[in-house]
Amino acid sequence: MKFSEIADHLNQKLVDKFVIKDGLDVLFVEPENLLEVMSFLNSDKSTSFDTLLCITAYDDKILGSAYNLFSLEEKHYIEVRVEVDRDNPIIPTVESIWKAANWHEREAYDLFGIKYEGHSDLRRILLPNDWEGYPLRKDFVTPEFYNGMPVPKDKTDWE
Amino acid sequence: MEKTLLERFQEDNVVVEKLDNIINWARAGSPWFFQFGLACCAIEMMAAAAPRHDLERFGAMPRATPRQADVMIVAGTVSLKMASRVRRLWEQMAEPRYVISMGSCANSGGPYWQHGYHVLKGVDHVVPVDVYVPGCPPRPEALIEGIIELQNKIKEETPLRKKSKKV
Repeated sequence: MKFSEIADHLNQKLVDKFVIKDGLDVLFVEPENLLEVMSFLNSDKSTSFDTLLCITAYDDKILGSAYNLFSLEEKHYIEVRVEVDRDNPIIPTVESIWKAANWHEREAYDLFGIKYEGHSDLRRILLPNDWEGYPLRKDFVTPEFYNGMPVPKDKTDWE
Repeated sequence: MEKTLLERFQEDNVVVEKLDNIINWARAGSPWFFQFGLACCAIEMMAAAAPRHDLERFGAMPRATPRQADVMIVAGTVSLKMASRVRRLWEQMAEPRYVISMGSCANSGGPYWQHGYHVLKGVDHVVPVDVYVPGCPPRPEALIEGIIELQNKIKEETPLRKKSKKV
């Protein structure tokens, strides 16, 4: 199905649970509605999104989490986005629907500090455990030192 | 041209030479390198060790443990998380030990110099480096030249006279 067909189909079953804006082929969902929308997309016969391809996080003044879904049976894609306040970024986990979400959510937590509520093992996956801050946020400031090692490039004597 | 140690030994089975030079000859002839890679430079290091470029011509063979390795080739991006591990592995190597910094990332941070919040800007912040090999990544020939430079450096040492700068 095309995006518009999926959106029409969803409009009949999930009224007011999502919005489409900015002319994007994206479903914007509020965090409290995420699990309901996702489990519907996953279990409904005509959509049957059985594969979670990727979870991306982004920092566009508000923090967001984008889910790329694919259906192996119907061969169609969709993108779902959740946007949350950067001071209290809490999104429910979709690990119960797609197991693949586990590491993707850990990565988003590692680099953006989005807390996925209900995640079974939410800790850093790439950065060291004693790292402070979330480096892909726009307001992240690179530390001068990490464990005694200088982090910024020494530019003395540069022309 | 001056004859090599081996040629002089083959003439009459006796060589009279300073012990320093004989030790250096043995050390320079077998720079076994520590077999680990951190990024794309490791691919070039593997190519250098493989038959086409054949690093074993120079006595350099890969060893998969720091206890048997003489040379650590830091081939690739040293992230801050990896830096403490690199330091620990270097500490586990038996002396005399040498370090070759291979490629732009290990030399200076490379393409991560400005926005690499996670990259150590040069492996010489954590271990002493003997030879820097430039390139991104360096071709196997460049690494081989680095090994030859290291061998020349080893031959300049005075291991018995304690005057060497090498610790």
